[in-house]
Amino acid sequence: MSAPAPAAPSTATTAPATRVLEFTDVARQFPDGTVALEGVHLTIDRGEFVTVVGPSGCGKSTLLRIASGLDAASAGTARVDAQRIGYVFQDATLLPWRSVKKNVELLAELHGMSKTATNQAALDAIELVGLRGHEKKLPRALSGGMKMRASLARSLTLDPDLFLFDEPFGALDEITRERLNDELIRLFVTKGFGALFITHSVSEAVYMSTRVLVMSGRPGHIVESFQVPFGPDRTPELRFTPEFAKLAGEVSHALREGHS
Amino acid sequence: MTATLPGQTTPSEETAVTSTLESPTAEAVATGTTPAPVVRRRRGRRAMNLALPVVVFAALIGVWYAITYLVLDPGRRFLMPAPHTLITDALLDPTITEKVWPALGRSIVVTFTGLAIAIVIGMLWAIAMSQSKAVESSLYPYAVALQCIPILALVPLIGFWFGFGFPSRVIVCVMIALFPIVSNTLFGIQSVDRGHHELFTLHKASRLTRLLKLQLPAALPAIFAGFRISAGLSVVGAIVGDLFFKQGEPGLGILLSNFSSRLQGAPLFFTIVVTAALGFAVFFLFGWLSKLVVGSWYDQSRDR
Ligand SMILES: Nc1ncnc2c1ncn2[C@@H]1O[C@H](COP(=O)(O)OP(=O)(O)OP(=O)(O)O)[C@@H](O)[C@H]1O
Ligand SMILES: [Mg+2]
Repeated sequence: MSAPAPAAPSTATTAPATRVLEFTDVARQFPDGTVALEGVHLTIDRGEFVTVVGPSGCGKSTLLRIASGLDAASAGTARVDAQRIGYVFQDATLLPWRSVKKNVELLAELHGMSKTATNQAALDAIELVGLRGHEKKLPRALSGGMKMRASLARSLTLDPDLFLFDEPFGALDEITRERLNDELIRLFVTKGFGALFITHSVSEAVYMSTRVLVMSGRPGHIVESFQVPFGPDRTPELRFTPEFAKLAGEVSHALREGHS
Repeated sequence: MTATLPGQTTPSEETAVTSTLESPTAEAVATGTTPAPVVRRRRGRRAMNLALPVVVFAALIGVWYAITYLVLDPGRRFLMPAPHTLITDALLDPTITEKVWPALGRSIVVTFTGLAIAIVIGMLWAIAMSQSKAVESSLYPYAVALQCIPILALVPLIGFWFGFGFPSRVIVCVMIALFPIVSNTLFGIQSVDRGHHELFTLHKASRLTRLLKLQLPAALPAIFAGFRISAGLSVVGAIVGDLFFKQGEPGLGILLSNFSSRLQGAPLFFTIVVTAALGFAVFFLFGWLSKLVVGSWYDQSRDR
């Protein structure tokens, strides 16, 4: 690890928590009258991995868009205290004319980092997501999983305090998805950012998170919150333990309740 | 309308190619046959792809000969001189070629000057329109007008305003070639993926950065499609200006008009062929340039 991370990995566990996101009574009503969110309270600290599950159309993406500043709350306050935000969209949104390396460098370029810093940050990020040797490839030559890795690496170059994920692995096959789950956990443990992760998969939610939030159908609000008791060193076997099954069952139940 | 969208022609071709390649393979897999017949059939198709154009070309030449010798009586054969006379009575006749080659040179200069100016003006015009709706609604009507005004009617006027020399020829050429560049560049810039735009918004990219790092590169395939159409049109423009002005150093247009009024059939047809060849050449030049610049990443039909 050669990236000069401003926050040492240990920060997440020892130092007093730094709040990166605080939503108080946030609502979002669209001009057409659709109420996507209502009365959302949510806080995220550095070192927290918060996952939101909820029925389709309940406003999960809207929640992320408000957190990122792409959209604004129509009521309540949405405070974000992050110097840098990483946002991983559902599709990789790589620029097709740029090579992997050039794509990964894009955000650093947009933030006006120097050429050498950009280059170094890109190389480090590519190494972290396991894309070494693919730097020169164009996006069209990548598999879905590799595209997602490149997209992840692109956000990593900024060393974000807050990471937003909108169903990043939704389009991937299960094996690739589970492998990327493990790699994301590893990144989270070493970097200690705060994460807001959206998924449709209860198992993915429980496996990845320190906290799982369940949203109700429209207008979306958080109906239940589960603290996940597992430590940071999670292995795929965890998915087959009774504790995991029990928690996943509870989350699924809450999801069904909120649905009706 | 000339505003062809990028890849509008390719998908059908590509689909055809993919299906010829894929269907036999799928069959072979399904029936469990060895791949050998597939290869043979594929090779057969490829041979067909080469042979058919030759056959069509030969048929056309045949029809041409038939018209010359079977339809026209000898006294009127100058109306459609036999194909080989284009070679014997024009290409190999120095008194003709000493007129045609310099005229070709002058027309090439007009074509490329006009095209270059059209590219610069057209792209700036489109970029300006892409930056604000107000600018777009103020300027787009004039781009459309350019397409709708009968330029042929304006050509003599342009001659009176700007003289009958090189500048007027270039102006006609620019007017004819401009629209596809304007409309394709604008279309390309406006079709940038929303997700990409949001990425740039999220990271607070300036207008200029967005234009240079996102909009223009993304629009390149459409822009090149526009260039290709305009390249053909600029040849037409160069000939039309010449044809009307009938003054100054003769380009291909003046030659066409001269040969035609003197009923010199073979030289006339030869000059037509040369003119068409020039159009072909610039069209394919831009097709090749487009492949070179965006071919590595842009292949709409194959990616989806
Ligand atoms: N710009 C908009 N104008 C009007 N309605 C919108 C707009 N954007 C989203 N909506 C509506 O708001 C609701 C929430 O949308 P959102 O995309 O946040 O849902 P989601 O939970 O992310 O769904 P999914 O799981 O399918 O991605 C939906 O009903 C959607 O139709
Ligand atoms: Mg969504």
